[in-house]
Amino acid sequence: MTFIFKKRSNLPGFGLALGYTVLYLSLIVLIPLAATFLKASSLSWDQFWHIASSPRAVASYRLTFGASLVGALINLVFGVLVAWVLVRYTFPGKRLFDSLVDLPFALPTAVAGIALTTIYAPNGWLGRPLAALGIKSAYSPLGVAIALTFIGLPFVVRSVQPVLEDMDKELEEAAASLGASRWQTFSRVVMPTILPAALAGFAMAFARAVGEYGSVVFISGNMPMKTEITPLLIITKLDQYDYAGATAIAVVMLVFSLILLLPINLLQKWSSSREEKIPALAAEEIQ
Amino acid sequence: MATTLPLSTRAFQPDRRVATAATGESVWVRWVLIGVAVVFLGLFIFLPLAIVFSQAFAKGISVYWASLRQPDALAAIRLTLLAAAIAVPLNLVFGVAAAWAIGKFEFVGKSLLITLIDLPFSVSPVVSGLIYVLLFGLQGVLGPWLARHDLQVIFAVPGIVLATIFVTFPFVARELIPLLQAQGQEEEEAALALGASGWQTFFRVSLPNIKWGLLYGVILCNARAMGEFGAVSVVSGHIRGRTNTMPLHVEILYNEYQFSAAFAVASLLALLALTTLFVKTIVEWRARRQLAESARWDGEEQPV
Repeated sequence: MTFIFKKRSNLPGFGLALGYTVLYLSLIVLIPLAATFLKASSLSWDQFWHIASSPRAVASYRLTFGASLVGALINLVFGVLVAWVLVRYTFPGKRLFDSLVDLPFALPTAVAGIALTTIYAPNGWLGRPLAALGIKSAYSPLGVAIALTFIGLPFVVRSVQPVLEDMDKELEEAAASLGASRWQTFSRVVMPTILPAALAGFAMAFARAVGEYGSVVFISGNMPMKTEITPLLIITKLDQYDYAGATAIAVVMLVFSLILLLPINLLQKWSSSREEKIPALAAEEIQ
Repeated sequence: MATTLPLSTRAFQPDRRVATAATGESVWVRWVLIGVAVVFLGLFIFLPLAIVFSQAFAKGISVYWASLRQPDALAAIRLTLLAAAIAVPLNLVFGVAAAWAIGKFEFVGKSLLITLIDLPFSVSPVVSGLIYVLLFGLQGVLGPWLARHDLQVIFAVPGIVLATIFVTFPFVARELIPLLQAQGQEEEEAALALGASGWQTFFRVSLPNIKWGLLYGVILCNARAMGEFGAVSVVSGHIRGRTNTMPLHVEILYNEYQFSAAFAVASLLALLALTTLFVKTIVEWRARRQLAESARWDGEEQPV
């Protein structure tokens, strides 16, 4: 059997297009990333481990991953709810809400950061009433979670919305006609259909939150061991010219985001295979 | 992984039927759910927008204009426009090339290539900046060579441009790949069979078919290029009037307690974000109308 790199095609330009793509990708992304791992490999394993597992670094992981998880969970619940409301109901201003769901993608993170900080600061619109209840929002781990909820908001909504739109009403009608209550229909018919998309959105929101910097640095207060996120720790080490330290922690983050790519890809595949299967089944039933 | 704003798939599909009584919720449940969604979006979307504009104009319109006309603010606006003016065209050419190779041909390693193109989305912005410091900084791999030739990349404009290119790298490619894939090859093959050259086919047949997706990809790439903070912050060195972009200028003003000035510059960036969302809505609307039209044409051609 001979190895075939490319299927025959009548269209021109494959060599040029692929060649340029690979060249540009290598120059901008692959070579600089490889240089980072090269730099990290100049550290011995003991040195690397000493930096990566220092108490300050571990405290930053705990805050970064903990607050990202809280943010992604909030987005999982409210994202499904928002997607449901936007697809199934009509209400005044619906199209405006629908367009603005993407704001966290489009708004520069520094702008989001100073806006959220001003809202939740002790004298802010929401910070003051929260402070009166004894809740410290800005400059605390709660503030970090608020910023990370904002940053991940569109992921679950935008991943669940198309699945709900494509879902055949027949399935729900069948469940209802067989005597299922509305809640039973939702939990046994609708939920399983949107679950892969919702989980994919959750994982993307989590991955995005872990790396986030701009919207968090203003609201977090940046106290080492307490409200210092991992990306900020990298910047702090760079400002002290501690390149080895910054690289070691960056490698921890890089490895983590590469590991996260796998479940995200699997969830997206699961979700799109689900989407394709349902219309196919419905078509079979009609014939 | 999509950290981008994908165009809604609904824009490319005909409308579905609306809910019927048997599968709807009671009015109470419906309005409670709508209420919760509206409060949630209000808290996280409308409130931040409202505070940006209310703080920007808190000390009056003359202070607002004055903060935008400061020499440092103007320098930051110029640098932001320059970085975007370099990064966006480069990523546009790359995006079209990548989409042509991936969308129109089948080859080994295609899904690996797509994953690698998406890589900049899954890297923390801070790490994106750091990798260029490790490559071009004084302590970096190429640092000594650059220093000997008196070239400065890090803490200078080239570093800012590079970091901007990296974080906006996948945007155009991501928008175009699914569009070129969906369109198949028949139209291009027809043009070639009629004697058009490869470039003619691309510019007269393929490009008009993807123009809305292309426009949207460029707008999105531009919004992110102008708004990037973390990556640029690592490579910039924060030299006022020289290596500060608009988001970095916002940070400096804010940390100096010049809140009105910080929010004045921030309001420009917020307007950019709102414009981006507006264009997205328009593009989706155009795509849906185009689809409805082509569906009608198909319908007329078929004998009833």
